[in-house]
Amino acid sequence: MRPHRSHRAHRVPFIGLGVAAVALAAGCSSGTPSSGGGGGSSGGGSKPPLVIGASLSLTGDFSADGQAYQKGYEFWAAQVNQRGGILGRKVQLKILNDNSSTTQVVTNYQTLISSDHVALTFGPFSSLLTAPAAAVAHRYGYAFVEGAGGAASVFSQQLNNVFDVSLPVANELDPFIAWIKSLPAAQRPATAAFPMANDPFATPQVQRTQGQLQPLGVRAAYSRVFPEEVADYKAPADDVAASKAQAVVLGSTDVPTVSAFMTAFEQQHYNPKIFVAAAGPDQGSAFTSAVGAKNANGMMVPDAWYPGSTNKLSQTMVQAYVARYGGSASNINADIAEAYSVGEVVDQAVTHLGAVDNAKLISYLHSGATLQSVQGPVRFNPLGENLVATAYIFQWQNGSFVQVLPANDPGSVKILYPKPDWAG
Amino acid sequence: MAHQIYPAIADGILDGGVYALMAVGLTLIFGVLDIINVAQGILVVIGGYLSYVLSAHLHIDLFLGLAITIPAMFVLGLVIHTLVIRPLRGAERTSMSLLACFAVAIIAEGTLYWIFGSNVVTLSASYVRASIKVAGFYISDIYLYCFALALVAVTAIYLLLYRTRFGRAVRATMQDRTAARLVGIDVDRVAALTFGIGVAVTAAGGMAYGATSGGFTPNSGYDLISRLLAIIILGGLGSIGGALIAAIFMITVESLVDIWSPNWAVVVFYAALVIVLTVRPAGLFGRREVRAQ
Repeated sequence: MRPHRSHRAHRVPFIGLGVAAVALAAGCSSGTPSSGGGGGSSGGGSKPPLVIGASLSLTGDFSADGQAYQKGYEFWAAQVNQRGGILGRKVQLKILNDNSSTTQVVTNYQTLISSDHVALTFGPFSSLLTAPAAAVAHRYGYAFVEGAGGAASVFSQQLNNVFDVSLPVANELDPFIAWIKSLPAAQRPATAAFPMANDPFATPQVQRTQGQLQPLGVRAAYSRVFPEEVADYKAPADDVAASKAQAVVLGSTDVPTVSAFMTAFEQQHYNPKIFVAAAGPDQGSAFTSAVGAKNANGMMVPDAWYPGSTNKLSQTMVQAYVARYGGSASNINADIAEAYSVGEVVDQAVTHLGAVDNAKLISYLHSGATLQSVQGPVRFNPLGENLVATAYIFQWQNGSFVQVLPANDPGSVKILYPKPDWAG
Repeated sequence: MAHQIYPAIADGILDGGVYALMAVGLTLIFGVLDIINVAQGILVVIGGYLSYVLSAHLHIDLFLGLAITIPAMFVLGLVIHTLVIRPLRGAERTSMSLLACFAVAIIAEGTLYWIFGSNVVTLSASYVRASIKVAGFYISDIYLYCFALALVAVTAIYLLLYRTRFGRAVRATMQDRTAARLVGIDVDRVAALTFGIGVAVTAAGGMAYGATSGGFTPNSGYDLISRLLAIIILGGLGSIGGALIAAIFMITVESLVDIWSPNWAVVVFYAALVIVLTVRPAGLFGRREVRAQ
């Protein structure tokens, strides 16, 4: 599942170690070559392969997400190659490891474009890596279709080559806001806490939620941005508990952050009526094993895709994925669906154009055409945001991860409110 | 505001104990070997993973498991010293040791990814989520236990250094390696054992870190090392007690500032370091004073 689409600022500890140490780090952990394509890593027939380049965080802070993205890209390539490729050309992926580094990701895309001469580029994981990477692609006139750079910091560059197939992060909690608005005033929480990690993924959606809830009479009992690159979160979590807010909207980026807050709340004997976290509870067994399956009960999280989606393309992908890799649908990470969507959008656009031409691709993606992906429809505004993506809220209910919002969606079940007490 | 300040102070003191457990090995190694072991963060994480294996798979209590993880980490320390640290000689030894320890960190991180994958791991026990009410606010059991463990660890290392023949050899080596060698001390053996002890105590730090954080991955060591370095510099490089006091001081200051601004809390953490070093360049219990004891 999608843990987070953003990025811890830097690996600060080694700043003082000197140029040699940095060089060693770069040498050891970046530039890992990876040819993808699953079963289609070589060209087929008389046409040359269609080489697509991407930089992914295979090590470092975002390795879990980066590796899932790699799997998503490679799975998509394998599926496309099974059908004969794009325009009769087998897809060949060239994936470089950026070690979750904003510097290395720039180097990687320069290498992919200017040295390897890839035909197309796919985006990296996280908004913070996408922003500098997109600028490199823009310089060379490459379209930059991505699935994990949905923060305002990416679009504020106003680059015409960026296209995010996923939901803009600021809108992730919109169904939650709508639900609170729909509640009778007496049932709405009177107070809410808004702790948020200093992160382009987490902060915008929590700030937007706070801004929307306050006019409804929901008082902000706590609203603070905390640094993400710390080793523990006990202090801000205890402060939230001391506020005794009835609802908590946590701008988290991963499981450890949510887990730390939940543990501290339990230690403080504080149980909010509503607890929604930007990321973390969507990580399936990784989340429940960290916090305890019973403690997860009532925890909510926004997301744009889940394995049980009724989208036909999604169902087909899930079946093919399970057939190829085994396991069950619930094991499929939302990162994989995001990465897969990137490939789907590029495939449809290039097929429509009948040529691999980045300038034409950029122009077509800006044309207002609606494309289809496993995450749902995709149509870009001038900034490259997907205007028609759908947001959902999911909740843990008695060991099951279920869709609860939008309330009127056929796939939604009744929301568990108020959240049950900690199980201990 | 008082209802937040007192718990913040209590949190800072107890959390400082956890950081002290992670930092004492680092400062001990520096004191004897004159190297800054930048692999300390990943060694803490390895300690956490060892506790995880014993707890999750063999159902051994986190604290009882230290009877296994501490000797295991001691052996690991000896291996690292023998293969990586000991071969470094000459004038460039200190600077090269930084690179060598960094390489150890990268190799260890990769190995942990290979064994455990990238999923978050947590240490759980009944006392991890429990708390007791003291003067109107709750103090978590795990922090109390870890603080007690920190006091035991620091006391044990102190007794080892100041009440044993080996400790005299260690202190002699800390004061002057050449003179120590001239009076018959096997400096290489002392260095190897000290490195092993420094890494061994990290097993306790790793368990404490794993039980008090929200979870960890092979990558978590990078978030730790800058804070651990700041703590041992403030405490005075090579000072065991200094590491404990500095950890408590810095985490308490951070915890207090966090009430008003979590972002500034991190800044104040390092600002406190700069201010103290301006007044006492050798740290609270600087090397000169330690070696004069």
